[in-house]
Amino acid sequence: MKKICFYFQVHQPFRLKRYRFFDVGNDHYYYDDYLNKHILKKVANRCYIPTNELLYSLLTEFKDQFKVTFSMTGLFLDQLELYAPDVIKSFQKLASTGSVEFLSETYSHSLVSQASQEEFVDQVNLHRSRIESVFGLTPTVFRNTELVYSDATGEAVAKMGYQAMIGEGAKHVLGWKSPNFLYYNVLNPKLKVLLRNYKLSDDLAFRFSNRSWSEWPLKAEKYIGWIKATPKGEEFINLFMDYETFGEHQPLESGIHQFLEAMVRQVVKDRNLCFCTPSELAREYQPVAPLSVPYPSSWADEERDLSAWLGNEMQKEAFNKLYSLRTLVLQAQDQALTKDWAYLQASDHFYYMSTKFFTDQAVHNYFNPYNSPYDAFINYMNILSDFIIRLEKKTKRVRYKGIPLEELAGQNLDEAIGAYENILKQLRKKRNTTAKSAGRQDPVSTKLPDKATKTTRAGKKGKN
Amino acid sequence: MFGWEFPPHISGGLGTACYGLTQGLAYHGVDVIFVVPKAYGDEDQSSLKLLGASQIPIRKRNYQFKTSGIPSEDQSSPEMVQEMLYIEIGSGLVPYLSPEEFEQYIKDRLLAGDTYWSGKFRQVTPESSEYTEIMGTIDFTGRYGPDLMQEVSNYSIIAAEIAIEQDFDLIHAHDWLTYPAGIAAKNVSGKPLIVHVHATEFDRSGENYNTIVYDIEKSGMMAADLVVTVSNLTRSIVINRYGIDPGKVVTVYNAVESDRDKEPAQVKKNFDEKVVTFLGRITYQKGPEYFMDAANKVLKHTDNVRFVMAGSGDLLRKMIRYAARLGIMEKFHFTDFLKGQEVDYMFALSDVYVMPSVSEPFGISPLEAMRSNVPVIISKQSGVSEILKHAIKIDFWDVDAMADAIHGLITYNGLSSMFQEYGKGEVENLKWEKSALELKNHYLNLLNSTS
Repeated sequence: MKKICFYFQVHQPFRLKRYRFFDVGNDHYYYDDYLNKHILKKVANRCYIPTNELLYSLLTEFKDQFKVTFSMTGLFLDQLELYAPDVIKSFQKLASTGSVEFLSETYSHSLVSQASQEEFVDQVNLHRSRIESVFGLTPTVFRNTELVYSDATGEAVAKMGYQAMIGEGAKHVLGWKSPNFLYYNVLNPKLKVLLRNYKLSDDLAFRFSNRSWSEWPLKAEKYIGWIKATPKGEEFINLFMDYETFGEHQPLESGIHQFLEAMVRQVVKDRNLCFCTPSELAREYQPVAPLSVPYPSSWADEERDLSAWLGNEMQKEAFNKLYSLRTLVLQAQDQALTKDWAYLQASDHFYYMSTKFFTDQAVHNYFNPYNSPYDAFINYMNILSDFIIRLEKKTKRVRYKGIPLEELAGQNLDEAIGAYENILKQLRKKRNTTAKSAGRQDPVSTKLPDKATKTTRAGKKGKN
Repeated sequence: MFGWEFPPHISGGLGTACYGLTQGLAYHGVDVIFVVPKAYGDEDQSSLKLLGASQIPIRKRNYQFKTSGIPSEDQSSPEMVQEMLYIEIGSGLVPYLSPEEFEQYIKDRLLAGDTYWSGKFRQVTPESSEYTEIMGTIDFTGRYGPDLMQEVSNYSIIAAEIAIEQDFDLIHAHDWLTYPAGIAAKNVSGKPLIVHVHATEFDRSGENYNTIVYDIEKSGMMAADLVVTVSNLTRSIVINRYGIDPGKVVTVYNAVESDRDKEPAQVKKNFDEKVVTFLGRITYQKGPEYFMDAANKVLKHTDNVRFVMAGSGDLLRKMIRYAARLGIMEKFHFTDFLKGQEVDYMFALSDVYVMPSVSEPFGISPLEAMRSNVPVIISKQSGVSEILKHAIKIDFWDVDAMADAIHGLITYNGLSSMFQEYGKGEVENLKWEKSALELKNHYLNLLNSTS
């Protein structure tokens, strides 16, 4: 019996509006509402709503014989609340069938696992409680943004109490091994690792409607044949892809819905095939081998690494700058700032800055609001500059020669102390002399209120 | 090949392009006879003699290229000296002036008791050149006068003479001043004509174009067997505004000479501010006022920057007055025309280079900036934006975007290091040898189809 595990990723970022440097310090709203609403509505009409309907009819028809799994970012749920609350209801309806599982991930669809462990844990917890409150289900399997996986990240996830985590079945990770088995984390063997079968997943996600593909048109029979043709001992196939595959990446006219429906019907009928969820796999199977991934892998591009988000200097500068602000954000305890902080972390912003897009243009251009990576970087940095100004105002952060006081060290620190002592001395001196002169003469300052009222009265008279 | 300027006497991009192309063609084994009008006073002619002459002096010399470095398949020795026959014709032709400006220029020159413009030209020293022969003069009965059109037509008469005398397979004419020469040469020799469009009248003058120049351009393009444009932007102008059959218009992009052998200019900056540079003729075509508007916006928000407008042109005075009116002269500097070495210094001093051209058929200068590790902002209305990836591209009129890009480049360090990493490599891949090879292939196709 071969098991098919369907998991769909659902995410939409809050795209940033055109933000010029002259807006810095003046305009504190960063999002392109029109574009975000437009894209969300479009994708909802082409994908979320019709595909949810199809899945609901299949789930109710086949009861526990058909199962699907979703991972939804917090940003996606936030956007649905703003622009398409009915879509939340339709997802809740799916969840009510009892055959739908939800995964844990980062709230912001962020790469925080590469920056800060504490923030990573915070974001995962935030996301979990959001899923619990919307769907009443507690996830037990974790998927990291863009399927980023490394030994260290896996260990951190195990520490949070998850039984399993999802990763990419990348060639440089697996070598000769097959993704159709369960593995375990080398640092913490308790954490089971499920790997994406990228060949079969991408046949649907990327190639389905491609007419120059040798296998076009892809029918359910043929696809199921491929699944059955996997070696005997391999007991499950992980088909992980963007939910937008159904209707958006692969348009409805390509027949993707008909394919999905036919496939589900044939699998249910087939005695040698069935559906399952990641948590069932993790419960039912024992891992066959440890998986060693010292450097982070992901599900993007040919390289399956982080180079699409953190490959060039611009991306690194923006990323490091962003995460250097964590302590300030916590200190500020401001709702609006915390929200912007979450939205600015979305990996999409860094993706737009990728210079790989000159070669991998097709995928990188998708929904990309910028003309060039340079454009994306400048826009993001302008917004981040404004965000920092707000943070520093709120937390009353003081800088000396442009360096925040808490980061001063060595010679700079001594210099700053000297400079401030000098200023203090001058200020004290000034206070002393003004106090003395105030004692001796009729002080102008005490009469100031009088004077002020007089001028306003005079002003009023003038106006009359 | 008929040109109108050639190093060391160049006043703009055309001379550089002709030099690069001929050098590249020589590298690929194409023999070139290069004909230019000679109007510079630093040789043995005086202006009066030039103006009053009833004979046109013609000078022939062998121009030598050293093709250094890259060995190619069909040449055994990489250090091969290529020779090109170089012909100069005494003429009053001055590049980059409209007929009206030319008239004024001649008048001014006479009034001032004739001082030559030589100081104004960038002195680029050719690698080596030696005279082999002075041909003497060709009798010519036409009148020399302060009329550009007359000069153009004189040039074409001599071109016909040269076409009778010399042995060649193809005629290649660069820009409108030489088109009549190209047509004349074609008429007497029957050889195929290629016209090379480095700029059109629309680029130079906008919609207030000179109809006589337009007519000359159009007749050149019509008579040509092949029209070569420096970008697809120019190609579409040639097709749409001149009504030329798209089938005979091809694009061959310009390139930039490698400066690998050159010592990087060492300049010590005596102030902390970042430097943002505009370098080019200060004319309508180059969009200097947009640069100034953007500078004004940036200066309103940050102190840490200085702007430089290097070059001269008919809008220079207007620009100075404009800067004064905006009250930014403290941070906005004019250098007037920069020569050879000074250009390198300027690049070495710059942190950002901006080319806000309203209409730029190609635009080699951003490539020179990138070669010197300077990040560039270029207008989308330039031909060079079709081939550059590692540049910020903006619409020339979008002053906000320009200001934002300038601010980004001087503020966020990640950006400039990106340009340093990728920009230089990108530019070094744009070699004249490549452009020349494309051109050679077009030559061969043309010869095959016409014979």
